[in-house]
Amino acid sequence: MTFKNIICPVCGASCDDIQVEIAGGGIRVKNACRMGNAKFQEISSPHRIREPMIRDGGRMRAASFDEAVDRAASILVEAKRPLIFMGCETSSEAMEVGLHLGEHLGAVVDSNSTVCHGPTAMGIQEAGRVGATAGQAKSRADLAVYWGSNPLESMPRHMSRYAVFPRGHWTRRGRFDRTVITVDPRRTITAENSDLHIQLKPNTDYELISALLTLLHGKRPHDSVEEITGISISRMEEMLEMMKSSNFGVIYVGLGIASSYGKHRNAEAAFNLVKELNATTKFVIGALRGHCNVAGFNQIASYLYGYPFGLDFSRGYPRYNPGEFTAVDLLREKDVDAALIVSADLVSHFPADCAEYLAEIPVACIEIAPTPTTMISDVIIPGVIDAMECDGTFYRLDDVPIYFRPFTTSPFSFTESNEDTMRRIFDRTRDSLKSSNLAEE
Amino acid sequence: MIRSANMIIKNGYVFDPLNGLDGEVMDLFIRDGRVVGDLRAREMRDAKVIDASGKTVMAGGVDSHAHVAGAKVNAGRLMRPEDHYRSVRERTRLTHSGSGYTTPSVYKQGYDYVAMGYTTVFEGAMPPLEARHTHEEMRATPILDMGAYLVLGNNWFIMRYLKEGDIEKAAAYAAWMLRTHKGYGIKCVNPAGVENWGWAKNVAGLDEPNIHFEVTPREVIRGLAEVNEMLGLPMSLHLHANNLGHPGNWETARDSLMIPSGLAPADRSIVDWPETKLDCRRRQTVYLAHAQFNAYGGTSWRDFSSGVPELARYINQTEDVVIDSGSVPFGPATTMTGDGPAQHDLYVITGQKWSNTDVEMECGSGVLPFLFLKTSPVHSVQWAIGLEVLLLIDDPWKTIMTTDHPNGGVFTRYPDLIAWLMSKRARDETARECNKWAYDRSSLGGVDREISLYEVAVITRANPARTIGIAHRKGHLGPGADGDVTIYDLDPTGLNSNDPSAIRTAFGRPEYTVKDGRIVARRGEIVAVPEGRRFYTTPYVDEDHELEMMADVKEWFKYYTVGFANYPVPERYMKNPTPIAVNRPLEAVVRR
Ligand code: SF4
Repeated sequence: MTFKNIICPVCGASCDDIQVEIAGGGIRVKNACRMGNAKFQEISSPHRIREPMIRDGGRMRAASFDEAVDRAASILVEAKRPLIFMGCETSSEAMEVGLHLGEHLGAVVDSNSTVCHGPTAMGIQEAGRVGATAGQAKSRADLAVYWGSNPLESMPRHMSRYAVFPRGHWTRRGRFDRTVITVDPRRTITAENSDLHIQLKPNTDYELISALLTLLHGKRPHDSVEEITGISISRMEEMLEMMKSSNFGVIYVGLGIASSYGKHRNAEAAFNLVKELNATTKFVIGALRGHCNVAGFNQIASYLYGYPFGLDFSRGYPRYNPGEFTAVDLLREKDVDAALIVSADLVSHFPADCAEYLAEIPVACIEIAPTPTTMISDVIIPGVIDAMECDGTFYRLDDVPIYFRPFTTSPFSFTESNEDTMRRIFDRTRDSLKSSNLAEE
Repeated sequence: MIRSANMIIKNGYVFDPLNGLDGEVMDLFIRDGRVVGDLRAREMRDAKVIDASGKTVMAGGVDSHAHVAGAKVNAGRLMRPEDHYRSVRERTRLTHSGSGYTTPSVYKQGYDYVAMGYTTVFEGAMPPLEARHTHEEMRATPILDMGAYLVLGNNWFIMRYLKEGDIEKAAAYAAWMLRTHKGYGIKCVNPAGVENWGWAKNVAGLDEPNIHFEVTPREVIRGLAEVNEMLGLPMSLHLHANNLGHPGNWETARDSLMIPSGLAPADRSIVDWPETKLDCRRRQTVYLAHAQFNAYGGTSWRDFSSGVPELARYINQTEDVVIDSGSVPFGPATTMTGDGPAQHDLYVITGQKWSNTDVEMECGSGVLPFLFLKTSPVHSVQWAIGLEVLLLIDDPWKTIMTTDHPNGGVFTRYPDLIAWLMSKRARDETARECNKWAYDRSSLGGVDREISLYEVAVITRANPARTIGIAHRKGHLGPGADGDVTIYDLDPTGLNSNDPSAIRTAFGRPEYTVKDGRIVARRGEIVAVPEGRRFYTTPYVDEDHELEMMADVKEWFKYYTVGFANYPVPERYMKNPTPIAVNRPLEAVVRR
């Protein structure tokens, strides 16, 4: 069987042209990059978690789905302030249930933004963001600036599908109609393939952006900026001239901006630069999102409750204060006492003290394959792979929602999707909250 | 499924303009969620009875133009935490929590509309590529019946067909797009100009061809208005005119409104048309959005003034036009439109934080926080203009009251607008508090008109429903209408226009909001949370003709970044999808 127009559930590019051929127990994938291909192969991986497990007297044992759901629910209900972490490799529909569950429990609900493009979102809250859907760049852009991002490694098809190589309406010659600038302290492979590499010193993005803004306003930045950033003013002028003389320019920011000194202030400065450039020529800016549905959580949480990540429901209404209600800070301060983690490996990706604390508190997780996080969990429920085994929605890097249809079904008899599993947990918490309320009365 | 019930609303003063009722005391009957002439004895016994004696009864409010769902609304929410900290709603046993004043989250927004007596709300602009997002948000919105207008005024296919003069193909394309994205009607935003914004430019006049496509705003407006009537859509072309937000733009607005003249309105929805006293089908061929932003006089912000008297003069002598007001009640707002270049202009003036999203091959949008101040000369005139457009146009059937939420202000300020419209004293009081330009640079100070409750019913339910072609079931209380009823604690016999605060209170917190025959809100509190319907149109066009058009679409689809197969909106993004079939095969568009 061959399936066409399948969506890849790996990075924010949400490529929707994947072809999957299933024959003889194997799976052949066309059009995906190597990262995507690897994920598709996982569907038949021997590492896949196939049955629910719960911790019993310190040891993990197999359990029925109902038993696992029960235990997950009671962990949440018994906690004073649980953390629900909706990883970005699952559907918006599952995230929606996670948010409802968090509201119901008075929990904190967070997602990967908190450790990746959260500062970018905060930059938007300071400055706004002038952007466009990916097709605008495909048809019009003659200049691409990769700033603190390295798409050839993190989003391998970004250049070929959207930004540099595609032949769009006004960019018929693809790469030949475009100039590429990379701003990165490292000589990455993206930098090697660019027309101009601005190799600034690490953690000086803010200074460089500010200097460009000063030049754009017709003034000369203080000479010290050359020493600070390692870039000569004449080089900056050259870069700015390239930007100003383009017909349609795009900046793609990566974690190099969100995670270096200055964090959301870097993003804010970059957004302001782009806003100002629009008086001269067309310029837009967007984030390269490493995981498929990071953008989704920001969108869903914003329209359901009003904030993009780190939502605290302990007062019965949503509150937002990054640094206070965000997952890393809550774990570090030991401000939560249980966690439900969906499709994310917090133990590997969070700071060590957070990971240690996670090992101390009751944790339930929904996951596809064993990770350090599943190892510290008290309940493990097998995850269903979105876009392959169930349908749903991802928000692409440019916030365009993509509907995905699966080419096979959930391998489990007990659940159809992570959304389904989340609903079962939610229903179970509702039941037990009801009975405990009754007991109080 | 929508659960519904039997109900009797007794002895209220009923204001139902489409049925010619101007405060008659009478009983209303609802069976299975629909208004009927009477109930059988057995049904009477188990019907819910509401005593409305001494109260004002109207059909549920209909907002025909607000920004309540979709990518740009959410861009507003995302960029404005400061708007959310200040305004929160706690969860209850029945309702979800939420936050946001000018850009409320969807639950809060739905409850706030219902608590104010509105039961139907249409989203003013849905970009096709992001239609799934709009539908997701509508799917999450409680209680309200909704729909969304599809943005087509800078669509590559439409511009190409109009340039080639192939109006039939343009119609076939529009029909396919409405079906594909579950859109309700055709919206046209800054025609030809938003495409130029793809190069950071705009168009300067109605006859300036845009870059590359070389179509003019005039050609797009005329073309889409023709397409609209050719398809027989329930709503006329919905126009966001060029040159928005600039001093002196009233002339552009008037000239734009003249473009469709001569066309005959042709609503060919296949629905059960009820027997209302007035014809409940639309008369207009163009529906102008948020007139306030397009009714400016003067030549700069220094000699800024109202252009309403001139604009109203034209509208008063034509039957082709309906406007919604886009009024400004002062206070916080978030401007958001599909008009990218207009938002850039506002950024240049204000230096505010500004978000923009261009949508490939289709349209664009911009979002910018705003605060309308009584101390500001220009804002004060904008306040006056927003009321003038409703008071200087003589026939209320040509006007609809909105704030273009959240552009002019928040929808929860509608009661303030009603008070200003019903009470000269209320206007004078406000004029004294704000900058003197309000009366100096407009004609509002000399306007004595105070609108009646009957006229309030026209501009807040009957006419919005009729204008968008949903009056077969909304905006009136005759047999066959949906059982959506609002009961205000306002005795019309004791109405005193010199007491605006009583008017504000009554309209801000109705006694009851009834949806499909069930009480959903009581004195501002939500008491039931049924799911609403999602309306969209499915226009039929000749099949051969559609095939020819599809060949073009497929050929040009390569410029998109999603595949053709992944472009449509599946029904799973909707709750209670309610398609309206349009154009019987026999009347379908055939090549001339
Ligand atoms: S670029 Fe990203 S979405 Fe596309 S195939 Fe590779 S991993 Fe998948």
